[in-house]
Amino acid sequence: MIDWIKEPWPWYVSGPLIGLSIPFLLIVGNKMLGISSSLRHTCAAILPAGIPFLKYNWKAETWNLIFALGILIGGFVGGNLLNNGEPIKISEKAKTDIQKLGINNFEGLVPEELFNWETVFSLKGLLILVLGGFLIGFGSRYAGGCTSGHAIMGLSSLQWPSLIAVIFFFIGGLLMTHFIAPLIYSLF
Amino acid sequence: MKYLTYLFAGTMFGIILTKSEAVSWFRIQEMFRFESFHMYGIILSAILVGMISLFILKKSGIKALNGEEIIVPDKKFNKGAIYGGLIFGMGWALSGACPGPLYALLGSGVMPVFVVILSALAGTWVYSFFRPRLPH
Repeated sequence: MIDWIKEPWPWYVSGPLIGLSIPFLLIVGNKMLGISSSLRHTCAAILPAGIPFLKYNWKAETWNLIFALGILIGGFVGGNLLNNGEPIKISEKAKTDIQKLGINNFEGLVPEELFNWETVFSLKGLLILVLGGFLIGFGSRYAGGCTSGHAIMGLSSLQWPSLIAVIFFFIGGLLMTHFIAPLIYSLF
Repeated sequence: MKYLTYLFAGTMFGIILTKSEAVSWFRIQEMFRFESFHMYGIILSAILVGMISLFILKKSGIKALNGEEIIVPDKKFNKGAIYGGLIFGMGWALSGACPGPLYALLGSGVMPVFVVILSALAGTWVYSFFRPRLPH
Protein backbone atom coordinates (compact mmCIF):
# COMPACT_ATOMS: atom_id res chain seq x y z
CA MET A 1 0.00 0.00 0.00
CA ILE A 2 2.59 2.55 1.09
CA ASP A 3 4.75 1.62 -1.91
CA TRP A 4 1.88 2.35 -4.25
CA ILE A 5 1.12 5.66 -2.60
CA LYS A 6 4.75 6.73 -3.02
CA GLU A 7 4.60 6.18 -6.77
CA PRO A 8 3.44 9.13 -8.90
CA TRP A 9 -0.36 9.16 -9.00
CA PRO A 10 -1.73 8.74 -12.52
CA TRP A 11 -3.87 11.57 -13.88
CA TYR A 12 -7.06 9.51 -13.65
CA VAL A 13 -6.54 9.22 -9.90
CA SER A 14 -5.19 12.69 -9.09
CA GLY A 15 -7.44 14.66 -11.47
CA PRO A 16 -10.73 13.36 -10.03
CA LEU A 17 -9.41 13.88 -6.48
CA ILE A 18 -8.66 17.52 -7.34
CA GLY A 19 -12.20 17.80 -8.72
CA LEU A 20 -13.63 16.49 -5.43
CA SER A 21 -12.16 19.48 -3.59
CA ILE A 22 -14.97 21.54 -5.18
CA PRO A 23 -17.91 19.78 -3.47
CA PHE A 24 -15.84 19.33 -0.29
CA LEU A 25 -15.26 23.08 0.13
CA LEU A 26 -18.86 23.89 -0.78
CA ILE A 27 -20.30 21.40 1.70
CA VAL A 28 -18.04 22.19 4.64
CA GLY A 29 -18.36 25.95 4.38
CA ASN A 30 -19.96 27.14 1.13
CA LYS A 31 -16.50 28.15 -0.11
CA MET A 32 -15.38 28.26 -3.70
CA LEU A 33 -12.05 26.81 -4.72
CA GLY A 34 -9.58 29.53 -5.67
CA ILE A 35 -5.95 29.89 -4.69
CA SER A 36 -4.68 33.14 -6.21
CA SER A 37 -7.09 35.05 -3.92
CA SER A 38 -4.72 34.20 -1.09
CA LEU A 39 -2.15 36.51 -2.72
CA ARG A 40 -4.66 39.38 -2.65
CA HIS A 41 -5.62 38.67 0.97
CA THR A 42 -1.95 38.64 1.95
CA CYS A 43 -1.41 42.01 0.25
CA ALA A 44 -4.53 43.37 1.95
CA ALA A 45 -3.27 42.11 5.30
CA ILE A 46 0.30 43.35 5.16
CA LEU A 47 0.42 46.32 2.78
CA PRO A 48 -3.01 47.74 1.89
CA ALA A 49 -1.44 51.23 1.47
CA GLY A 50 -4.85 52.83 1.03
CA ILE A 51 -5.44 51.04 -2.30
CA PRO A 52 -9.21 50.61 -2.75
CA PHE A 53 -8.83 47.09 -4.20
CA LEU A 54 -6.94 46.05 -1.06
CA LYS A 55 -9.32 47.71 1.41
CA TYR A 56 -11.82 45.05 2.40
CA ASN A 57 -12.36 42.71 5.29
CA TRP A 58 -9.68 40.16 4.40
CA LYS A 59 -10.12 38.54 7.79
CA ALA A 60 -13.44 37.18 6.54
CA GLU A 61 -11.37 35.24 3.99
CA THR A 62 -8.96 33.73 6.50
CA TRP A 63 -10.12 30.26 5.45
CA ASN A 64 -8.43 30.85 2.08
CA LEU A 65 -5.09 31.64 3.74
CA ILE A 66 -5.44 28.56 5.95
CA PHE A 67 -6.18 26.49 2.84
CA ALA A 68 -2.99 27.88 1.23
CA LEU A 69 -1.04 26.98 4.37
CA GLY A 70 -2.49 23.49 4.09
CA ILE A 71 -1.21 23.22 0.50
CA LEU A 72 2.25 24.06 1.82
CA ILE A 73 1.99 21.27 4.41
CA GLY A 74 0.63 18.94 1.72
CA GLY A 75 3.65 19.78 -0.41
CA PHE A 76 5.88 18.73 2.47
CA VAL A 77 4.05 15.44 2.93
CA GLY A 78 3.72 14.68 -0.78
CA GLY A 79 7.19 15.82 -1.70
CA ASN A 80 9.06 14.11 1.14
CA LEU A 81 7.17 11.52 3.18
CA LEU A 82 5.25 10.13 0.20
CA ASN A 83 8.00 10.55 -2.37
CA ASN A 84 10.03 7.67 -3.79
CA GLY A 85 12.67 10.11 -5.05
CA GLU A 86 12.51 8.98 -8.67
CA PRO A 87 12.85 11.64 -11.37
CA ILE A 88 9.59 12.66 -13.06
CA LYS A 89 8.95 10.50 -16.08
CA ILE A 90 8.28 13.10 -18.72
CA SER A 91 8.23 12.10 -22.36
CA GLU A 92 11.48 11.76 -24.31
CA LYS A 93 10.42 14.57 -26.64
CA ALA A 94 9.90 16.91 -23.71
CA LYS A 95 13.32 15.92 -22.37
CA THR A 96 14.98 16.78 -25.67
CA ASP A 97 13.21 20.15 -25.84
CA ILE A 98 14.08 21.00 -22.24
CA GLN A 99 17.73 20.13 -22.87
CA LYS A 100 17.68 22.73 -25.65
CA LEU A 101 17.09 25.30 -22.89
CA GLY A 102 20.34 24.20 -21.28
CA ILE A 103 18.66 22.17 -18.54
CA ASN A 104 20.10 18.68 -18.14
CA ASN A 105 19.32 17.73 -14.55
CA PHE A 106 15.96 15.95 -14.47
CA GLU A 107 16.03 15.05 -10.76
CA GLY A 108 13.40 16.46 -8.43
CA LEU A 109 10.16 18.34 -9.05
CA VAL A 110 11.90 21.38 -10.54
CA PRO A 111 15.28 21.73 -12.27
CA GLU A 112 18.01 22.37 -9.74
CA GLU A 113 19.86 24.39 -12.40
CA LEU A 114 17.14 27.02 -12.23
CA PHE A 115 15.81 26.82 -8.68
CA ASN A 116 18.93 27.51 -6.65
CA TRP A 117 19.85 30.61 -4.66
CA GLU A 118 22.72 31.60 -6.91
CA THR A 119 20.45 31.66 -9.97
CA VAL A 120 17.59 33.38 -8.13
CA PHE A 121 19.84 36.36 -7.45
CA SER A 122 21.26 36.54 -10.97
CA LEU A 123 19.95 38.17 -14.14
CA LYS A 124 18.74 34.75 -15.31
CA GLY A 125 16.76 34.26 -12.12
CA LEU A 126 15.36 37.77 -12.40
CA LEU A 127 14.16 37.19 -15.96
CA ILE A 128 12.75 33.73 -15.33
CA LEU A 129 11.73 33.27 -11.70
CA VAL A 130 11.14 36.81 -10.44
CA LEU A 131 9.46 37.98 -13.65
CA GLY A 132 7.54 34.70 -13.86
CA GLY A 133 6.21 35.13 -10.33
CA PHE A 134 5.32 38.76 -10.98
CA LEU A 135 3.31 37.84 -14.09
CA ILE A 136 1.52 35.08 -12.14
CA GLY A 137 0.46 37.52 -9.41
CA PHE A 138 -0.40 40.40 -11.73
CA GLY A 139 -2.15 38.27 -14.33
CA SER A 140 -4.18 36.06 -12.02
CA ARG A 141 -5.69 39.02 -10.20
CA TYR A 142 -6.27 40.91 -13.46
CA ALA A 143 -7.99 37.81 -14.87
CA GLY A 144 -9.93 37.27 -11.63
CA GLY A 145 -8.48 33.84 -10.92
CA CYS A 146 -5.85 31.26 -11.74
CA THR A 147 -5.84 27.60 -12.72
CA SER A 148 -7.90 26.60 -9.69
CA GLY A 149 -10.50 29.38 -9.70
CA HIS A 150 -10.98 29.69 -13.46
CA ALA A 151 -9.93 26.36 -15.01
CA ILE A 152 -11.14 23.94 -12.34
CA MET A 153 -13.88 25.81 -10.45
CA GLY A 154 -14.99 28.13 -13.26
CA LEU A 155 -15.22 25.51 -15.99
CA SER A 156 -16.85 22.97 -13.67
CA SER A 157 -19.61 25.48 -13.01
CA LEU A 158 -19.90 26.29 -16.74
CA GLN A 159 -18.90 29.94 -16.45
CA TRP A 160 -18.13 31.28 -19.89
CA PRO A 161 -15.90 34.14 -18.61
CA SER A 162 -13.71 31.41 -17.12
CA LEU A 163 -13.54 29.66 -20.48
CA ILE A 164 -12.27 32.89 -22.07
CA ALA A 165 -9.73 33.29 -19.27
CA VAL A 166 -8.49 29.70 -19.64
CA ILE A 167 -8.18 30.04 -23.42
CA PHE A 168 -6.00 33.11 -22.87
CA PHE A 169 -4.00 31.32 -20.13
CA PHE A 170 -3.04 28.84 -22.82
CA ILE A 171 -2.41 31.44 -25.52
CA GLY A 172 -0.11 33.26 -23.07
CA GLY A 173 1.57 30.01 -22.06
CA LEU A 174 2.14 28.95 -25.66
CA LEU A 175 3.54 32.36 -26.65
CA MET A 176 5.91 32.20 -23.70
CA THR A 177 6.99 28.59 -24.22
CA HIS A 178 7.52 28.75 -27.97
CA PHE A 179 8.61 32.34 -28.64
CA ILE A 180 9.60 34.40 -25.60
CA ALA A 181 11.21 31.87 -23.23
CA PRO A 182 13.61 30.53 -25.92
CA LEU A 183 14.85 34.11 -26.37
CA ILE A 184 15.32 34.58 -22.64
CA TYR A 185 17.19 31.26 -22.28
CA SER A 186 19.36 32.08 -25.31
CA LEU A 187 20.84 35.00 -23.35
CA PHE A 188 22.58 32.62 -20.94
CA MET B 1 -12.01 24.40 14.86
CA LYS B 2 -13.59 25.29 11.53
CA TYR B 3 -10.17 26.35 10.29
CA LEU B 4 -8.89 22.83 10.92
CA THR B 5 -11.26 21.68 8.18
CA TYR B 6 -9.65 24.07 5.70
CA LEU B 7 -6.19 23.14 6.88
CA PHE B 8 -7.09 19.51 6.25
CA ALA B 9 -8.61 20.32 2.83
CA GLY B 10 -5.53 22.33 1.85
CA THR B 11 -3.19 19.59 3.04
CA MET B 12 -5.01 16.98 0.98
CA PHE B 13 -5.03 19.34 -1.99
CA GLY B 14 -1.29 19.90 -1.63
CA ILE B 15 -0.58 16.17 -1.39
CA ILE B 16 -2.67 15.50 -4.50
CA LEU B 17 -1.04 18.35 -6.46
CA THR B 18 2.40 17.07 -5.55
CA LYS B 19 1.70 13.40 -6.21
CA SER B 20 -0.01 14.23 -9.51
CA GLU B 21 3.24 16.01 -10.50
CA ALA B 22 1.19 19.07 -11.48
CA VAL B 23 3.64 20.99 -9.27
CA SER B 24 6.51 19.99 -11.51
CA TRP B 25 8.20 22.55 -13.75
CA PHE B 26 8.99 19.65 -16.11
CA ARG B 27 5.32 18.71 -16.47
CA ILE B 28 4.33 22.31 -17.27
CA GLN B 29 7.01 22.56 -19.97
CA GLU B 30 5.75 19.27 -21.40
CA MET B 31 2.13 20.46 -21.28
CA PHE B 32 2.76 23.67 -23.21
CA ARG B 33 4.60 21.63 -25.85
CA PHE B 34 1.74 19.11 -26.16
CA GLU B 35 4.20 16.29 -25.52
CA SER B 36 2.11 14.33 -23.04
CA PHE B 37 -1.54 13.93 -22.13
CA HIS B 38 -0.72 13.86 -18.40
CA MET B 39 -1.53 17.48 -17.44
CA TYR B 40 -4.53 17.62 -19.76
CA GLY B 41 -5.82 14.41 -18.19
CA ILE B 42 -5.53 15.95 -14.71
CA ILE B 43 -7.24 19.20 -15.66
CA LEU B 44 -10.00 17.61 -17.74
CA SER B 45 -10.84 14.86 -15.25
CA ALA B 46 -10.83 17.39 -12.39
CA ILE B 47 -13.29 19.56 -14.34
CA LEU B 48 -15.46 16.56 -15.19
CA VAL B 49 -15.66 15.40 -11.56
CA GLY B 50 -16.28 19.00 -10.42
CA MET B 51 -19.06 19.36 -12.97
CA ILE B 52 -20.77 16.11 -11.96
CA SER B 53 -20.44 17.01 -8.25
CA LEU B 54 -21.98 20.44 -8.80
CA PHE B 55 -24.81 18.86 -10.78
CA ILE B 56 -25.51 16.40 -7.96
CA LEU B 57 -25.33 19.15 -5.32
CA LYS B 58 -27.80 21.23 -7.30
CA LYS B 59 -30.25 18.41 -8.03
CA SER B 60 -30.24 17.06 -4.49
CA GLY B 61 -30.50 20.47 -2.83
CA ILE B 62 -27.86 19.49 -0.27
CA LYS B 63 -27.09 22.38 2.06
CA ALA B 64 -23.70 23.39 3.38
CA LEU B 65 -22.91 22.15 6.91
CA ASN B 66 -23.63 25.63 8.29
CA GLY B 67 -27.16 25.36 6.90
CA GLU B 68 -26.63 27.77 4.03
CA GLU B 69 -27.91 27.02 0.58
CA ILE B 70 -25.05 26.19 -1.80
CA ILE B 71 -24.93 28.80 -4.54
CA VAL B 72 -22.11 29.27 -7.04
CA PRO B 73 -22.43 32.89 -8.19
CA ASP B 74 -22.03 33.67 -11.88
CA LYS B 75 -18.72 35.26 -12.80
CA LYS B 76 -19.11 38.52 -14.68
CA PHE B 77 -17.04 38.89 -17.81
CA ASN B 78 -14.61 41.75 -18.21
CA LYS B 79 -11.62 42.21 -20.50
CA GLY B 80 -9.33 41.28 -17.64
CA ALA B 81 -10.02 37.66 -18.58
CA ILE B 82 -8.21 38.38 -21.86
CA TYR B 83 -5.35 40.68 -20.79
CA GLY B 84 -4.90 39.15 -17.37
CA GLY B 85 -5.31 35.68 -18.84
CA LEU B 86 -2.49 36.28 -21.32
CA ILE B 87 -0.22 37.69 -18.61
CA PHE B 88 -0.97 34.86 -16.19
CA GLY B 89 -0.39 32.25 -18.88
CA MET B 90 3.01 33.74 -19.63
CA GLY B 91 3.94 33.65 -15.96
CA TRP B 92 2.70 30.07 -15.65
CA ALA B 93 4.89 28.92 -18.54
CA LEU B 94 7.91 31.03 -17.57
CA SER B 95 8.12 29.98 -13.92
CA GLY B 96 6.60 26.55 -14.57
CA ALA B 97 4.10 26.92 -11.76
CA CYS B 98 0.80 28.52 -10.78
CA PRO B 99 -0.20 29.66 -7.28
CA GLY B 100 -1.18 26.27 -5.77
CA PRO B 101 2.00 24.54 -6.92
CA LEU B 102 4.09 27.48 -5.67
CA TYR B 103 2.90 26.84 -2.10
CA ALA B 104 3.29 23.08 -2.50
CA LEU B 105 6.81 23.42 -3.91
CA LEU B 106 7.88 25.64 -1.03
CA GLY B 107 6.48 23.07 1.39
CA SER B 108 8.27 20.26 -0.42
CA GLY B 109 11.55 22.03 0.32
CA VAL B 110 12.33 23.98 -2.86
CA MET B 111 13.26 27.09 -0.89
CA PRO B 112 14.06 29.47 -3.79
CA VAL B 113 10.35 29.28 -4.69
CA PHE B 114 9.88 31.68 -1.78
CA VAL B 115 11.24 34.41 -4.07
CA VAL B 116 8.73 33.47 -6.78
CA ILE B 117 5.92 33.76 -4.22
CA LEU B 118 7.22 37.15 -3.09
CA SER B 119 7.25 38.39 -6.67
CA ALA B 120 3.73 37.00 -7.19
CA LEU B 121 2.67 39.05 -4.16
CA ALA B 122 4.41 42.06 -5.70
CA GLY B 123 2.57 41.43 -8.98
CA THR B 124 -0.76 41.26 -7.16
CA TRP B 125 0.01 44.47 -5.30
CA VAL B 126 1.09 46.34 -8.44
CA TYR B 127 -2.06 45.19 -10.24
CA SER B 128 -4.16 46.42 -7.31
CA PHE B 129 -2.39 49.78 -7.47
CA PHE B 130 -2.87 50.29 -11.22
CA ARG B 131 -6.28 48.63 -11.39
CA PRO B 132 -8.29 51.85 -11.91
CA ARG B 133 -6.11 52.74 -14.91
CA LEU B 134 -6.15 49.34 -16.62
CA PRO B 135 -8.72 48.35 -19.25
CA HIS B 136 -11.37 46.00 -17.86
